[in-house]
Amino acid sequence: MFESRARHAMGIVLALTAALGLSACGGSKSGEESAAESCVDTSGDTVKLGFLNSTSGAMAISEQTVRDSLVMAAEEINASGGILGKKIEPVLEDGASDPAIFAEKIEKLLTGDCVAAAFGGWTSASRKAMLPVVEAGNGLLFYPVQYEGLEASKNIYYTGATTNQQIIPAMDFLQSQGVKTLFLAGSDYVFPRTANKIIKQYAAELGIEIVGEEYVPLDDDDWTTQVAKIVAAKPDFVFNTINGSSNVGFIKAYYEQGLTAETTPIISVSIAEEEAPAMGKDVTGQYAAWNYFQSVPSPANETFIEAFQARYGADRPTSDPMEAAYASLYLYKALVEKADSFDVGEINAAADGVSFDAPEGTVTIDGDNHHIAKTGLIGQINADNQFDVVWSSEEPIEPDPFLEGYAWWDPSAQ
Amino acid sequence: MKNLLQTGQRWGRTWGPLLGIVVVAIALLVVAPAVLSPFRLNNLGKYVCWAIAGVGIGLAWGRGGMLVMGQGVFFGLGGYAMAMHLKLEAAMATGGPDAVPDFMVLYGDGTMPGWWEPFRSGTFTLFAVLVLPAIAATILGFAIFKRRVKGAYFAILTQALAVAFATLLVATIKQTGGFNGLNQFTQFFGYNLYDPVNKKMIYSIAAVLLVVCLVVVWQLYRSRFGELLVATRDAEERVRFLGHDPANIKLVAFVVAAVMASIGGAMFAPITGIVSPSDVDATASIFLIAGVALGGRSLLLGPALGALAVGFGRTFLSESFPDQWTYFLGLLFIVVILFFPSGLGSAWSQLSARLRPKETVR
Repeated sequence: MFESRARHAMGIVLALTAALGLSACGGSKSGEESAAESCVDTSGDTVKLGFLNSTSGAMAISEQTVRDSLVMAAEEINASGGILGKKIEPVLEDGASDPAIFAEKIEKLLTGDCVAAAFGGWTSASRKAMLPVVEAGNGLLFYPVQYEGLEASKNIYYTGATTNQQIIPAMDFLQSQGVKTLFLAGSDYVFPRTANKIIKQYAAELGIEIVGEEYVPLDDDDWTTQVAKIVAAKPDFVFNTINGSSNVGFIKAYYEQGLTAETTPIISVSIAEEEAPAMGKDVTGQYAAWNYFQSVPSPANETFIEAFQARYGADRPTSDPMEAAYASLYLYKALVEKADSFDVGEINAAADGVSFDAPEGTVTIDGDNHHIAKTGLIGQINADNQFDVVWSSEEPIEPDPFLEGYAWWDPSAQ
Repeated sequence: MKNLLQTGQRWGRTWGPLLGIVVVAIALLVVAPAVLSPFRLNNLGKYVCWAIAGVGIGLAWGRGGMLVMGQGVFFGLGGYAMAMHLKLEAAMATGGPDAVPDFMVLYGDGTMPGWWEPFRSGTFTLFAVLVLPAIAATILGFAIFKRRVKGAYFAILTQALAVAFATLLVATIKQTGGFNGLNQFTQFFGYNLYDPVNKKMIYSIAAVLLVVCLVVVWQLYRSRFGELLVATRDAEERVRFLGHDPANIKLVAFVVAAVMASIGGAMFAPITGIVSPSDVDATASIFLIAGVALGGRSLLLGPALGALAVGFGRTFLSESFPDQWTYFLGLLFIVVILFFPSGLGSAWSQLSARLRPKETVR
């Protein structure tokens, strides 16, 4: 008896559930845009800004430095009167090194906390996860890390380098060194794959021969086989697009198999002041391509380093993404002050040509693609794990995320 | 008197779980949409996806004794199948019926692998979400259970599978988006994904699916199969001597769990707007297990409520303590596993069991 009743009941539950579920349906089809209402309130004497960085998980070690730098910039701006007279009220969130969490938290910042703008993200995965949310809510995101380009959103400002400000200058430097053969070593994910696609096409243009291309999964430390191929290929230079801790394994194998900075130098795009001392080997004489080094001689940089080390400790180095994050908050201040408004539309309308005397030099926003003009720098690691600048682009390079100004670039070629 | 008590107990056994499911259904489908902001409701939707996978884990682990440490694989099969369709839908909305996903143009040579082609169809995608994990789990389960692999070996094997799956995804950028995963969807079967009304609808679909999964396992637990599954968990050899093949019994539970994980993953894609290797790897798989362990793995509602609680706890703790939240979450797990090894859902019966001997002494 119970059995049959239970079966009836089950049917009733399912029917009810379906009815409840269906009653919630009746959404609108695509195309019927529902305009997002901004809930940002700047009528008081503060303005809320979201700082979204991973403070837990695999990326925490890198992203914490960006967080520190953002917090310091906010304190400085508040000490000198805030933005349009309003003090910054930072809302801190942890992206937990997980793109889905970044998507959740950016939505929380934009729709729950109603921040006027958000700052952060590191991996391209995190940025790509945030992009549709920021666009749907018509918010603002400042992304402070060099990346693989091929993107532009009206709701994102990219204050790190795109490829024509880091990868292409590195190739120009190699050509100036008379390099004829190049070996590509990278982690197996989007940035190295895209960078190497650009490198291969530009190398063909410059007459540099690519004598090998090897990838190892992210966070895999075993580079023994791949380094053996470098030894056999005897390239003039190695172009290193390896990310994170995998560099340690690469550098170890490289020195153990007898390669040196004199015979087969490496140029890296992810080893900076923070990473150089952590390689486990003396990497003096190796090169890196960035847009900022701690050694950059400028009054703005001296002030930045002094303030950072006073705030966080004299042993803390400063590096490119930290500087780009620091600059991003000041650029936001300059944007708001030029637009005389916290409104996204008005900020975007006023964006072109807004500049800031950053520690790396003067940076200027391109109003079309929301990237910034930056000077390309090549540094050589010295005995103190600092970089001596050995090459620099003549002037700040205009950002070109889609490489439209480079005739040799064919995005559909392999 | 005694008869009345027995009738009451029987009544409770039959209708208690049903009452629980009805309460869960009302809470998720009536109360939550009425009181939560669109953002919080969407968050809840994400936990519901984990809960759907959790219900399956409850069946396989709680009742079947198989510690499935690699459910991320099946979660990922469903998630990626759905994400591929959404990605194609987004591409086709702007680029016509032959458009390919943007990342294949950006990072590859602009050609799409042939196995993506059928996912242009929504019907095929729904079919794939159910059938792909079933096929994968059948092949895998057959190989594992016929060889009588169990216990820690089974757990390690499934865990290794999750690691391998995530590594494979990261390594195939041009086919699966690699480390970035699949994202930037615009619509869900024709409905604008960023319209609050549609988001509510997608949440409701996920919630209904969770209730359906609960009803399915409730029926399985009540069935002859459910009894056999528990018997296999507790004394596999005896079940074998009685003439049943424990491998087949376990296989069914494993396949049902895989399909449920896949359904959870498929709803995860439109709700979060992204599926990436970090949602399906070993850590994500352990996270799924953690919710089930917390809620009580062998109870009907324990796994689902546990998954919801862990999801909520993760959000709440990380918002309240952005710098220390991982320690709090870790501490919570240690406390639960130390003091309530069968989960918080069993806390009451455990406590009352401790009190009962006193009564019998009297």
